[in-house]
Amino acid sequence: MAIIKLHVNGKEKEVDVDPLTPVLWVLRDHLDLPGTKFGCGVAACGACTIHIDGLPVRSCQLPVAGVGTKKITTIEGLSDNNTHPVQAAWIEEQVPQCGYCQSGQIMAAVALLQKKKSPTDADIDTAMQGHICRCGTYPRIREAIKKASQKMSAKS
Amino acid sequence: MEPKDISRRKFIRATGLSATALTLGFYFSGESKASTIIKGEDAENYGVSLNSWIHIDTNGKVTIVCHRAEMGQGAYQAIPQMIAEELEVNLNEVNIIFGKGDTVKYGNQITGGSSTVRGTYKNLLKLSASAREMLVAAAAAKWSVQAAECFAESGHVTHRPSGKKMHYGELVVDASKLEAPKNVQLKKVEDYKLIRKPLPRQDTPLKTNGTAVFGIDKKLPGMLYAVVERNPRLRGKVKSYDDSATLKIPGVKKVFKVTMKVFDTDREGVVVLADSTWAAMQGRKALKVVWDDAGFEYVNTEEIYKKMKADLQSKDGLSAKKQGDPDPVLAQQKNKLDVIYETPYQAHACMEPLNCVAHHKGDSIEIWGPIQAPDWVQGDISQKMGIKKENVHVNMTFLGGGFGRKAFLDYTHEACLISKEAGAPVQVIWTREDDMTQGPFRPGVSYRAEGAVNNGEISAVKFRLCGQNIGHWMGSKKDVPNDSVLEGFQPHYFDNIKNISFSDIPFETPIPIMWWRSVYASTNGFAYESFMDELAIAAGKDPLAFRKQYLKNERCQKLLEKVEQVSGWKSRKPKQGYGVAITECFNSSVAQVVKVSKDATGKIKIDKVWAVIDCGWYVNSDTVRAQVEGSIVMALGAATNHEIHFKDGLAVEKNFTTYRMPRINEIPPIEVFIMDNNEDAGGVGEPGLPPFTPALTNAIFDLTGKRIRKLPFDLAKV
Ligand code: FES
Ligand code: FES
Repeated sequence: MAIIKLHVNGKEKEVDVDPLTPVLWVLRDHLDLPGTKFGCGVAACGACTIHIDGLPVRSCQLPVAGVGTKKITTIEGLSDNNTHPVQAAWIEEQVPQCGYCQSGQIMAAVALLQKKKSPTDADIDTAMQGHICRCGTYPRIREAIKKASQKMSAKS
Repeated sequence: MEPKDISRRKFIRATGLSATALTLGFYFSGESKASTIIKGEDAENYGVSLNSWIHIDTNGKVTIVCHRAEMGQGAYQAIPQMIAEELEVNLNEVNIIFGKGDTVKYGNQITGGSSTVRGTYKNLLKLSASAREMLVAAAAAKWSVQAAECFAESGHVTHRPSGKKMHYGELVVDASKLEAPKNVQLKKVEDYKLIRKPLPRQDTPLKTNGTAVFGIDKKLPGMLYAVVERNPRLRGKVKSYDDSATLKIPGVKKVFKVTMKVFDTDREGVVVLADSTWAAMQGRKALKVVWDDAGFEYVNTEEIYKKMKADLQSKDGLSAKKQGDPDPVLAQQKNKLDVIYETPYQAHACMEPLNCVAHHKGDSIEIWGPIQAPDWVQGDISQKMGIKKENVHVNMTFLGGGFGRKAFLDYTHEACLISKEAGAPVQVIWTREDDMTQGPFRPGVSYRAEGAVNNGEISAVKFRLCGQNIGHWMGSKKDVPNDSVLEGFQPHYFDNIKNISFSDIPFETPIPIMWWRSVYASTNGFAYESFMDELAIAAGKDPLAFRKQYLKNERCQKLLEKVEQVSGWKSRKPKQGYGVAITECFNSSVAQVVKVSKDATGKIKIDKVWAVIDCGWYVNSDTVRAQVEGSIVMALGAATNHEIHFKDGLAVEKNFTTYRMPRINEIPPIEVFIMDNNEDAGGVGEPGLPPFTPALTNAIFDLTGKRIRKLPFDLAKV
């Protein structure tokens, strides 16, 4: 066990855990941030995706000791009250069914749109391919990303 | 879901209203039987209860109970949307809570068979309208006016002539003391304000910011975490285990064996109990278990399919349905078709792996989890744990997918056993590997289809199904045919096919099996609708026209005309493959057309899917569309991507690395249409799945002349 300092959703946190614990379980079991989901544990589904310094990372494969001073953002830290344009687009397009994969999908979409303001279908395919949705919301995810992109360019 | 406003709930308690309030409930003895009203003194915590579903506090806050599971299919929206319509309240102002497992209050709660709307809407509309009329009557009595002069709207009752107005909260105590009206007037379809509209789902915002509480998110004070090393071999046992290394892992509390009945055998595993999920998982890795393989090492996929094929050649099976007599007709035919279709075993692979929180408190037990059938769990736990039913409290959370797996009762029972042994509340988490390899699975089914055409007409068709029978695992008799042999087959074909028969060749393996979205229709549809296509081709007919020729029923005709029109079937161009299929299950028919072509490298590409669903009366058009879209994606995966193989009694595919789900780049554009009529409501969550695969393989035949009769197949290698 070791005391580890983390920067999560704009706040400083401290946890006393096995340094090899994946960030996924630190968030879920120790920091009361269960929005990040466990789907496969082997980086094969995308449900556990968070941002580390703005880049999408599979938290099930990231030992907590490896984060250091980098900033963690989870679905809970994306906005107050669902106001991020990606969340707004997700609601408008009524993307979620069971919703279990959606935290990961949204985090991936946000990261994509930070890199590419107006992603093409091919960009969307590349960025979102690692994310499984068993409910099959893929067509709506595609539409929502396009809508979010419009919202973001209208803002800027 | 917790109530949004605890303080109001306290107020009602403090004033003692709940003790005097009457509860009206509709007791469902069966899904579609008429309801009878029962009365009790059992008010809820959310104000005064007008019935088991509707609670109103004295400030007018309305709480609606969703008594069915929300696993993505939209029950959490559909039930309140129906109730709010007849109750006359604004949907965005109500609390929605999940009902606990309770057959007395809610009747049947099993969320399966696409039954949430079709099994409840008549009663829910009636009891909502009754509640509204009771509120109106209470207002009329208060004002000493005629009830007919009053109307309800947006949570208020208004006296039309005087303009006097009161909110429901001011009326609910009086209303709760009234008798429920015997006959209520339900709204006409054209007067609906909410029903049939594509309203946004109330659970969507909870699912875009991480606040929806799934089973895996449930935490209790003092809760411990458990994972279980179960025998990886089908139904194998634990011989012995060494936990010395496990117990050295920081956070691991205890290691013990858990034994429980699953179907007819004991399932054994070794439990690692710890203070965090990760510690439990690490402890499990350090375990050394010696397994007893229970004699099922011979189970191999290849052998299973070989044997099914042989049985289909040598056995006639149990007759499930026979019209006319195909045998003598087929015996005379020189050019009869005689083919085999094969479909694989599948895992449910819900995105949320199985999990359950249980708190065994001695003479009572409380459970939280992603549960499809809270009422079944209540009965099951009561019986198996020896605890009075009323002391078994089963709480539903949101489900990260269900598809039939979470209606099976093993994981809830296991969690109760573990909590009992732990003497603490425990969350049991299954890893993806546990979830994928332990089953129960969708059975793989093989079919033999024989048929003949004469002068462009079907002269005889004979279908034989060979595969494991889910009913047998639930205790049904073995000498009767599988009652799902006809599932998926559009029943109106019987109107116009003179000689046709279906039979079931019973087939046993030790592989545990269970319902999977659309159940046997998910495999039957492929065999039956592929063969209809083969007959159409043999008859020299256009496949869509051929189906119209045999499905003269008006609803089928309209459905087929619609899909013909929206897909541009008649204006198909060369180098485009079009395939059609129509299936029926859970009282809904769906027709689909798939269009394929070849990409620059010569590989098959799915260009588009058109789906038309006739589900009769429905609640939310956007949910209907979403369910058909999702069903198509799930069918696509099962047709072209994944299957569970068995080798030496072990499931081979263990995680998404080898059980390959379709990804966003593989999904064609999907367009869904809904037939508008006022027929009885049919299912929505499942019926969109069965027609996709035959429509796809029929399209591939249309383009390439290649008939695909074995699933899954690789689109890139056709
Ligand atoms: S849980 Fe991390 S990718 Fe699946
Ligand atoms: S919404 Fe259910 S898995 Fe994506």
